[in-house]
Amino acid sequence: MVDQLLANSDLIAHGMEWTTKEGFVYPNEFIYWSIQIVLYPYMTGLVAGAFVLSSLYHVFGQEDLKDMARFSLVFSLACLPVAMMPLLMHLQQPFRGMEVLFTPHFTSAISAFGIIFTTYSIIVLSEIWFVYRVYFVEQINALKGKKDLVSSFMRTLYIILALGAYDLSNEAVAIDKKAVKILAGIGIPVACFLHGYAGFIFGSVKANALWMSPLMPVIFIMSAVVSGIALCMLTYIIIMEWKKFTTTLAKGRGDESVQLIKGAEVDVIHKTSRYLIGFLIAAITLELLDQIFRGYTAMKSWDILRSVMYGKDFVNIFILQYLFGNLVPFIMLLIPKASIKRTSVALALILFGVFMMRWNVVIGGQAFSLSFDGFMHYSMPIIPHSMETFKEGLFGALLVGATPFILFWLLNKVIPSLHFTKK
Amino acid sequence: MSCSRRDFLKKGLVGGAVAASLPLSSFKFLTPAEAKSAVGDPAVRWGFLVDTYKCTGCGFCVKACKKENDVPYDLPITRTWVERYVITKDDETHVDSPNGDRDGFKDTKIDGKTIDPKDISKAFFVPKLCNQCDNPACVQVCPVGASYQTQDGVVLVDRKWCIGCGYCIMACPYGVRFFHPVYKVADKCTFCYHRISKGMKTACVDACPFGARQIGDLKNPDDPVTKAILTERVAVLKDEYGTKPQVFYIGLDENVR
Ligand code: SF4
Ligand code: SF4
Repeated sequence: MVDQLLANSDLIAHGMEWTTKEGFVYPNEFIYWSIQIVLYPYMTGLVAGAFVLSSLYHVFGQEDLKDMARFSLVFSLACLPVAMMPLLMHLQQPFRGMEVLFTPHFTSAISAFGIIFTTYSIIVLSEIWFVYRVYFVEQINALKGKKDLVSSFMRTLYIILALGAYDLSNEAVAIDKKAVKILAGIGIPVACFLHGYAGFIFGSVKANALWMSPLMPVIFIMSAVVSGIALCMLTYIIIMEWKKFTTTLAKGRGDESVQLIKGAEVDVIHKTSRYLIGFLIAAITLELLDQIFRGYTAMKSWDILRSVMYGKDFVNIFILQYLFGNLVPFIMLLIPKASIKRTSVALALILFGVFMMRWNVVIGGQAFSLSFDGFMHYSMPIIPHSMETFKEGLFGALLVGATPFILFWLLNKVIPSLHFTKK
Repeated sequence: MSCSRRDFLKKGLVGGAVAASLPLSSFKFLTPAEAKSAVGDPAVRWGFLVDTYKCTGCGFCVKACKKENDVPYDLPITRTWVERYVITKDDETHVDSPNGDRDGFKDTKIDGKTIDPKDISKAFFVPKLCNQCDNPACVQVCPVGASYQTQDGVVLVDRKWCIGCGYCIMACPYGVRFFHPVYKVADKCTFCYHRISKGMKTACVDACPFGARQIGDLKNPDDPVTKAILTERVAVLKDEYGTKPQVFYIGLDENVR
């Protein structure tokens, strides 16, 4: 049986299909970690960033983030399962993925994933429960007596979700608030850990000259927060624009409610972008520090790193990541009187920049051979012709990218996160 | 079989009582790696010796290994390979290893370039395989303990437990690991553990007509391999990574990658 399989002429070594080699590369070297592993830190970054954004309001009482906080909390929940998805999709034995939880081997950075991820999920879920408990109870009361199928289903759902805690007294609500604050407080370090450790997975690989750096976890955290905030803002803008559009259709352009939505939107976005700029500066500073340090210390690997960074990957690193992903949006946000349109473009660019950073770390780290004498080039499979080229290709990536939005849409049916407060 | 709730509770209670009456020390948690490393004889430490002066690049070892260890013959992946080095007088290093040297070096062109023999200052072959490191980076990073080190020093992969994450492949500084396309798990040289633990030599050692490859027990001072390592000038590959490789090379050139 195995003999037959071995003799099968269609056999393909993992990585062969998307790797091109140049110069002297060891025979077993291929791009083993491809697009899904690019998405993994990108997605966890979004989760962590969205959560940190919501916590800024709950813990530090940044009133200006009030409307954003609830939204980004729910968004963070929607992204949560997606942080795991790329990892599972990339495994050669996805059905054994659970082993990471059952038999963790603690000298491995990946083994901590189960623990950190579970802790973090519990925190997010309980925080959401405390935030929405009052809403659950209100809904239970409001839906009482309605006979149609949807209402009774929703009511049952809310009864289950409320977990028997129906108390709406001032004291009870105050306790809820306090719990949220505590959870958000614990959540910040855990979220940073969740993502910092994704950086550690790479930073601790001593065999890889590009990855190995103690700064890696911190760089990952900063860029995570940047991408999380940017995605929350962008999604928020899109949703508010849609609301504005539908309200305009229904009530006419001059209607008061349209103005209200618009005012709220500009206000929230304006305030949030200040935090975004702060984290962006931190992220860029750290990355530059890392680059300068490598160039200055010029270890043995520097020759090959330099030829990757300033040669093969120049466009990816300096043009796409630093110029279009960092510098341009940074300037766009700094110029005063940012319009919604301009901000949206800047946000999209920032998201793209962080994605390119992940790409340049994961793919760039495999762009040169361990022999320091050859290069590997990754061409992402576009049209899949096998499970492998689907999973590790464009469509697998799109699937992962689309899932949080689908989940967010579903979640909003149960826990609406887009109320905006009247001025 | 039916099991009522009452039955279940009863059994649970009994089980709990039995468990509680045992001393705590009988519940030692073994890490997966610990559980598996009970394999092997602690009185032995397998090591390997490559004499680069004797290697002619014939590739018999590569062929033998692929056949012995079920590595798909026509795919570029391989558990062992031989590199050809040509260093020219202008201090340029030219390296290649077409097909891992499965079929020998048939072309005098190296990496597509023709080199005038007059320009060559030195040329040699270097066989490569897993170094069965004493401090294996691959074992350290495996999240589920599927990569483990036996007591006699060989690093193995548990094909029933590996989740195929590829972290070990990334962590090995020598690029000896790959995914096995049939088993879909990480794979690499095992020093032919199934042979050496039965008193045989590895397939590559047996196949080498020139005696360039030898395997031996480094804990036995009378073993020829141990003797050679103790008395001759040997070196290991990339010791800067701190992995403590246990494949020793006689005549290792500084240009070897
Ligand atoms: S050579 Fe690589 S695969 Fe072999 S033991 Fe050392 S680190 Fe592990
Ligand atoms: S690929 Fe297998 S052996 Fe290698 S680190 Fe992952 S689980 Fe361990």
